[in-house]
Amino acid sequence: MYTSKTSIDTRLTEGYQPDPAWRGRLTAGIVTVLLLYPMLLASEFQPWILLDAQSLHATWNFLSSFVPPAHSREFLMLMLGATWQTVAIATAGLALALLAATPLSLLACTRFSVSRMESGKLRTASAIIRQIARWILVALRSVPELVWALLLVRIVGLGPTAGVLAIAMTYSGMLGKVYAEILESSESYTTQVLLRNGSSRLAALFYGALPESASELISYTTYRWECAIRGSVVMGFVGAGGIGQRMDESMKMLAGDEVSTMLIIFVLLVACADMVSGFLRKSLG
Amino acid sequence: MRQLPTPPPLIRPATAALVAGLLLLIVASFCSLNMQWAALFGSDAIRSSAEFMAGFAPPDLSGKFLGKIAQGTLETLSMSALGTGIAFIFGLALALPASGRFGGMARSSLRLVLNVMRSIPELVWAVIMLIAAGLGPFAGTIALALHTTGVLGRLFADALENQSPEAEAALRTNGASPMSAFCYAALPQVLPQLMSYTLYRWENNIRAAAILGVVGAGGLGQLLKYHLSLFHMQQAASVIIAILLMIAAVDAMSFRLRRILT
Repeated sequence: MYTSKTSIDTRLTEGYQPDPAWRGRLTAGIVTVLLLYPMLLASEFQPWILLDAQSLHATWNFLSSFVPPAHSREFLMLMLGATWQTVAIATAGLALALLAATPLSLLACTRFSVSRMESGKLRTASAIIRQIARWILVALRSVPELVWALLLVRIVGLGPTAGVLAIAMTYSGMLGKVYAEILESSESYTTQVLLRNGSSRLAALFYGALPESASELISYTTYRWECAIRGSVVMGFVGAGGIGQRMDESMKMLAGDEVSTMLIIFVLLVACADMVSGFLRKSLG
Repeated sequence: MRQLPTPPPLIRPATAALVAGLLLLIVASFCSLNMQWAALFGSDAIRSSAEFMAGFAPPDLSGKFLGKIAQGTLETLSMSALGTGIAFIFGLALALPASGRFGGMARSSLRLVLNVMRSIPELVWAVIMLIAAGLGPFAGTIALALHTTGVLGRLFADALENQSPEAEAALRTNGASPMSAFCYAALPQVLPQLMSYTLYRWENNIRAAAILGVVGAGGLGQLLKYHLSLFHMQQAASVIIAILLMIAAVDAMSFRLRRILT
């Protein structure tokens, strides 16, 4: 900064061009290395394990059994059943979640509060009820579905029941929260007019708030259905039925051909769910 | 007398058919699953699940176990950070051909690869990686990296495709090499967007890493699975609480950051 102009000129002509940001770059580099090193240690990051002769051998054996994918008639029928079970777990779970989420979201949102409309603040009793509903929703959705499934498998035993309940638990929390938010952020005019003119709160919901936000509610629900299908595959790995459980079994027997069929089915299933939910969003929204 | 227009039907026939189909799907799902309601709501079941839940209290808060949990948390955070970092590098590398810079063939074939990587969830990748990498957090890290590469690669490719090409074209017409034109014109334009996608995925990956361990891929999940299998309920309870706290902390932090940054 204090160097005279001539010395800069001579430096430039000599081809010396210092990086103006070198201090920042050096500090960032050092900090990255200091942070990275303990992380690499903690996650036992040893890529050379992958190139170890024994592991290469195991991987090669496993991967080479991927082709051709298992395609005996019997196995494909089994897969058809398992795929349907996966879809059914997701659908039934989401239906139950919907049953629980609807009343909870109506309790949690303040849009239909008559006391707030009149005096600008909630009655104490109803404020407490709303807060409790919110807490229930938070508690339901903050436990990941896989953890619910792990616990429920120990209560109701292996099989689809645990999967359905796990999806119902987590997704009722998610749906309830988002439903309440959607209702809360919709245009309030119609609802207010209906309530002020003495309509019941149920009528205000059906004729005021729902028509405003129906398409948003539907599109979020179908999106969640898509997520539930992915979730129900994953939950199979802890014993909650469907195609995931079959994959877990084939994996333990290192039956690569079966695993590759299931992976193909799974990719197709996700693509189909994507398409169906897009179609539903377009035609119902 | 003027003829009043006929009112529109309350519900269009096509929509009605669709709704009926959805209801049918729900009914068919419940029927085919033969849910064991008895195992849930029978008096026996309620007693045994109450016993099961009672086993969780009090959570194990001894110093030694808390140390183990701290280590598990560190493992989980490292897995998520490394997995996301690796995915950033490979995602960017794959996004270049996937954004159509090397012709249409490369674009469509790489997009297919990215889609497949993306549609297989982390947990399934982890199960597959266990064979190559063995039990432990390394398999989890690779699994996170593979899934996230699919997600980020696709988002990065879209970002690169959608940016305005003028800056890069200006450098190219003035004689800059393709590499330096990309590094000094295209990359700086999209970098903020790429960073925000990456941070968002990191947040998701912390949540995913916490539970990846239930198939043996390290972190808090592995601790949970281990103690649940041995019916160490009190230890399992502390691990669950740790997972919840970590997720809540991540949520709160990302909420704050978003408020500050936007």
